[in-house]
Amino acid sequence: MSHYKEAILDPIFKNNPIALQVLGICSALAVTTKLETAITMSLAVTAVVACSNFVISAIRNFIPDSIRMIVQMVVIASFVMVVDQILKAYAFEISRQLSVFVGLIITNCILMGRAEAFAMKNPPVLSFCDGIGNGLGYSLVLCVLATVRELVGSGKLLGFVLLPTVNNGGWYQPWGLMLLAPSAFFLIGFFIWILRTFRPEQIED
Amino acid sequence: MLRKIMDKIEPWFEKGKPLHFAWPAYDAMDTFLYTSNVTTKGSVQVRDSLCLKRLMTTVMIAVAPCVLMAMYNTGFQSFQLMEKMGVPFVGSLPDSCCGWFSFPWQSWLMGQLCAWTQGWGFLALSPNPTNWLACFVYGAMYFLPVYIVTFVVGILWEWAFAAFRGHEINEGFFVTSLLLPLTLPATIPLWQVAIAITFGVVVAKELFGGTGRNFLNPALAARAFLFFTFSQQIVGDTIWVPVDGVTAATPLGMALTDGMNGIRQLAFQQNLTEMQYWFNAFFGLIPGSMGETSALCCLIGAALLVYTGIGSWRIMSSLLVGAMGTAFLFYFLYAAGFVTNPTMGIFPHWHFVLGGLAFGMVFMATDPVTGSMTYTGQYLYGFLIGFVIILVRAVNTAYPEGVMLAILFGNVTAPLIDYFVVQANIKRRELRNV
Repeated sequence: MSHYKEAILDPIFKNNPIALQVLGICSALAVTTKLETAITMSLAVTAVVACSNFVISAIRNFIPDSIRMIVQMVVIASFVMVVDQILKAYAFEISRQLSVFVGLIITNCILMGRAEAFAMKNPPVLSFCDGIGNGLGYSLVLCVLATVRELVGSGKLLGFVLLPTVNNGGWYQPWGLMLLAPSAFFLIGFFIWILRTFRPEQIED
Repeated sequence: MLRKIMDKIEPWFEKGKPLHFAWPAYDAMDTFLYTSNVTTKGSVQVRDSLCLKRLMTTVMIAVAPCVLMAMYNTGFQSFQLMEKMGVPFVGSLPDSCCGWFSFPWQSWLMGQLCAWTQGWGFLALSPNPTNWLACFVYGAMYFLPVYIVTFVVGILWEWAFAAFRGHEINEGFFVTSLLLPLTLPATIPLWQVAIAITFGVVVAKELFGGTGRNFLNPALAARAFLFFTFSQQIVGDTIWVPVDGVTAATPLGMALTDGMNGIRQLAFQQNLTEMQYWFNAFFGLIPGSMGETSALCCLIGAALLVYTGIGSWRIMSSLLVGAMGTAFLFYFLYAAGFVTNPTMGIFPHWHFVLGGLAFGMVFMATDPVTGSMTYTGQYLYGFLIGFVIILVRAVNTAYPEGVMLAILFGNVTAPLIDYFVVQANIKRRELRNV
C-alpha cells in the first residue's frame, strides 16, 4: 500500500514536477493569469497524465522499443482530444480562454516524462497513482501562481473583486507585470526558493 | 570629530554586544567615510590602488552634476509650465484637501519659504522660472523624497542580506540608490519607488549573490520593474512635470509620434528656433525623467569617469558610434524615401540629447559589473546597445524609450560576448603556435 501512497504524495513536495523536475513550465506561464483557467488546466492535465500513464503501463510489454515514443504520443493525444471535447461541451467559455493550451497538453513535458520514466517500468495501477500525484504537484504550483497573479495583477480571485482597482473607482493599483509571462518565472523561482529552504536535500550543487 | 564619534560607538557593535546585528551597517558607514583599517591577510592580487569603496565614491561625484540639474530642472519645468498655462501657484493648502495620501506638501512648503524669505535680496524665493534658487529648492522637494525612500528601503534590504549572510554592506548600493531616482519622473508615487528598489536589490542583485555577481544593473532592473508593473505612472504626458492636470509631453515622446515635426512643434510653442531648442535639450531644460534630461551634465560626469579610468571609454564611444550610425542610416533611408515612418527621420544629433541616451551611455552601460570585461567585448557591447536603442526608438514606437531595454539587453549578452572574445583569443594564440 505504501507504494501507492508514495506515488501519489511524493510528487507534491518531494519530487515536484515543476519545482524539481522543471517540466511543464510553458503551460505554467501561459494559463496562470487567472485562477479559474489554472484550475481547469490542472484538472485536465491530472486526468490526462493519470489515464495515459495507466494505458501506457498496461500495454508497456507490447510496445516495441524503437517506436515507443510514437505509441506514447498516440495514447496521450487521444486523451487530450477527449478532454478537449469535454471542455468544449461543458465549459465552453473556459475552453475558449484556454484556447490552444488544452491541445498543447500533448506537448507538456510532464506527460512524456512520466510515461517514459515511470509508466514504462511499473504496473498500471501504480502508474495511475503516479499520474495523479504528478498532476497534483503540477496543480499545486499552478494554483499558487494563479492565486498570486490574479490577486496582485488584477485585484480579483476567481473573478470576484477582492481589491477594487483604481480604474474602477477603488484604491488598488494593479501590478501590470503580474499579467505578463515573466512574473510567472519570478514566482516559480520564489516557490522553488521557499521549497528548498524547507527541503535542503533538493538543492543542486 | 566624526572619527571620534565613529570610534566611540564602535564597541557597541562588537561581537556579543547587543547591537552586533547592526555591525554591517556600522562597518559600511565607517569604511565609506574613512579608509578601512583592516589589512587584507594572506596572498592577494593587487591590480591597482583603487578599491571598490573609492571607486563608488568617484562615481557618486561624477553623478553629482546630474543630481543638481535634476533638482533645478524639476522646479524650473514646474514653474515654467505654470506660467505658460496660466496655472496659479498655490502656496497654501487647498480648502478641501484631496486626502492626506496625496497631500500637496511641496507647494505648501514652497509657499511658506517664499513668504519667509521675502526681502532677503537675491536669496528671496519666488515661484517663477527665472528664480533659479527657487527652482532648485522646489525641485529638491520632489527629488529628495524619492532619493530618501530609495536609499532607506534599499539599505534595509542590503542590511538584511548582509546580516543574514554575515558579510558587509557593499558600497555598490550607494550608486544604485542615486541612479534610480534620476531615471524616474518627479511625480512617481513613493510606495512604488519602495517596491521598485526592493525588486532591484533583492531580485536583480542579492539573489544572484550581491554586488559583483549581478548580471543586470539593479537600478535599471528596478526601473524596468516599474515600467512594466505601474506603467501609468512612468509613461505618458501628465507625469513629467508635477503640475496637476496639465500635460507636458517630453520632446522624445513628441518625436516618437511625429518625428522631427513633433520636436519643431514644441520649439515653436516656446518661440525658439530648432537649434535653440536643441541647446535647451542639451543643457537639460526639457521635461523628462528627473536626472536624464541634461546631456551636458552627463558629459561632465563622463569626463570624470574616463579621466579616473573608472568608466570604460570603449563602451561609451562605441555606444555613441552605434547609436549615431544607426540613427544616421535610418535618417538616410527616410530622406531617400525608402521608409516613410517619421520616427526614422529624427536627426542623429537630436537622438543624442533626447531621453536617457546620454545618461544611460555614461552611467548605466559602463557599470563594470554588468558590462563586458574584455576590451574587444566592450566595443561590441557598446555598439550593440547603441544600435538597439535607436532600433527600439525608431522602429518600435510602442515603447516610449529604448535606452533602458537596450542596456538590459546588453547586460544579458555581455557574458556571451566576453566568452566569444576569449575563445577567439585562445584560438588565435593556438594557431600562432602551430
